[in-house]
Amino acid sequence: MQYQSQAVAKPYFIAAIGLFLGQIIFGLIMGLQYIVGDFLFPAIPFNVARMVHTNLLIVWLLFGFMGASYFLVPEESERELYSPKLALVLFWIFLVAGVLTIVGYLAVPYATLAEITGNDLLPTMGREFLEMPTITKVGIVIVCLGFLFNIGMTILMGRKTVISMILILGLVGLAVFFLFSFYNPHNLVLDKLFWWWVVHLWVEGVWELILGAILAFILIKVTGVDREVIEKWLYVVIAMVLISGLLGTGHHYYWIGAPEYWQWIGSVFSALEPVPFFMMTVFAFTMVNRRRRQHPNRAATLWALGCSVMAFLGAGVWGFLHTLSPVNYYTHGSQLTAAHGHMAFYGAYAMIVLAIISYAMPILNGRKEANSHRSQVIEMWGFWLMTVSMVLITLALTGAGIVQVWLQRYSESPQSFMVVQDQVTLFYWFREAAGVSFLIGLLCYIASFFVGKNDAEATVPGLAD
Amino acid sequence: MADNFTKSVARNIFFGGSFFFFLVLVGLVFDTTRKLPERDHRENITEAVVLGKKVWEDNNCIGCHTIMGEGAYFAPELGNVYERRGPAFIKAWIQAMPTNAPGRRQMPQFNLSEEELDAMVAFLKWTNEIDDANWPPNIEG
Repeated sequence: MQYQSQAVAKPYFIAAIGLFLGQIIFGLIMGLQYIVGDFLFPAIPFNVARMVHTNLLIVWLLFGFMGASYFLVPEESERELYSPKLALVLFWIFLVAGVLTIVGYLAVPYATLAEITGNDLLPTMGREFLEMPTITKVGIVIVCLGFLFNIGMTILMGRKTVISMILILGLVGLAVFFLFSFYNPHNLVLDKLFWWWVVHLWVEGVWELILGAILAFILIKVTGVDREVIEKWLYVVIAMVLISGLLGTGHHYYWIGAPEYWQWIGSVFSALEPVPFFMMTVFAFTMVNRRRRQHPNRAATLWALGCSVMAFLGAGVWGFLHTLSPVNYYTHGSQLTAAHGHMAFYGAYAMIVLAIISYAMPILNGRKEANSHRSQVIEMWGFWLMTVSMVLITLALTGAGIVQVWLQRYSESPQSFMVVQDQVTLFYWFREAAGVSFLIGLLCYIASFFVGKNDAEATVPGLAD
Repeated sequence: MADNFTKSVARNIFFGGSFFFFLVLVGLVFDTTRKLPERDHRENITEAVVLGKKVWEDNNCIGCHTIMGEGAYFAPELGNVYERRGPAFIKAWIQAMPTNAPGRRQMPQFNLSEEELDAMVAFLKWTNEIDDANWPPNIEG
């Protein structure tokens, strides 16, 4: 690696993959509970499995973003990281706090966890994706501030590139919007209004800046295309992200008690949200087609291209399918929502983290540019198994969602929730099977760090070393 | 692409566009908060409703249910359950859990006091009365 301090990225990446594996195990538990309703009850009720699954997702992605930053910022800034020691201290604090929180979810009833962590002093628990105790949230803020300080000082004292500036802008946005998780008013409507300032402005806002910056970095490295070209594209993409996504927040304000003008504003602007994802796909493929070199890390290139496609499909297309308010009136809070959510999160964020790990890990392990041929092949098996499985999961939930909406929402004589759930069980079986193949893909991916570890580095055939 | 569409132009569109639309978002959300009182009947947020929201959060009801369409999709929508089932049913149901019906999705026993049960009912009643543009489409949620 170019700078010794980039090495701190490695523990972050390892933790990310470990937590990802935990996330999928709990996903499979829930998938089975949809079919065998009392599976693991009362030891692990559905809501506990769910909070473990979603919180692990968010935390492994955060570890991934941090690892990505520790790897790419020294290289972009052309200097060592400001404090590698701080990075390692924060790593352990974040990991221990995260593990303790998950243990807390599993070990005691949630109401007990709220009591013993002093939630009543400043109640922030009990909301979706923000289930963690208030003290954990405070810990996250402290870790984020330390992380931003470290990365910020590195950039400040080094070369400032468009990529590193957009990355840190996205990360600062992530930290600022997380502060809204501390605002929990008695009024449910206000609660929901500002809850979306964390969730939407994260995943349909500042997280896309982080995604764009990491993607641009990988594309510069694997294609050799001129930085000026790539950085201009990056500005165009993120401009469309915020121009569409800021007022696109309104697509969460249709049915929560907010004024009806949001049905117009949210529909029009959120309909544009697929545009930056489409641009990212064209951007990624164009850069690879115009590449000046054949990079030996074919797996990383595959992850980068795949990420742009799956993000467009999951976030862009599936998002568009249910974003217009006349459609959303019937589909709101159905299995269609879950279908979109899974493919969007996997395509945009899981895949970009896996892409940067794919690019960086060989270098962190002492390779010049890429893993051995055998490692890359099994890694690419992992890519295809996980990606195709996710498409199948999404199709299964889309089917379940369409039937659910037809029978429960749209029909002249609607059936009750539980009666309808019974009727879509076949889709849940299909989803669970795809979930199992997803896990197999993840195991292949993990194996790629071990298989072919001692083989020679892959080279591009026909080129001299 | 045209030669005068430089990186600087793209950068300016990003910063200008983002700043503009962020201001519009802030303005509209501020306007929304001014219009909310006529829609959310906040004068009806009694101490019982406040306690009900706390019980809702402390027991993570949203981990299985949706409320106004947001939450988990394992169990029924509760934003309109007050209208669908009524206060007596809601209390009795919570007290009777779990059903232990083999293979059926299970709800835990939360050991709520009489006061907490009444508070939950009050919270769900208030939620049901929010003017949310006529969502959900029907009584089933």
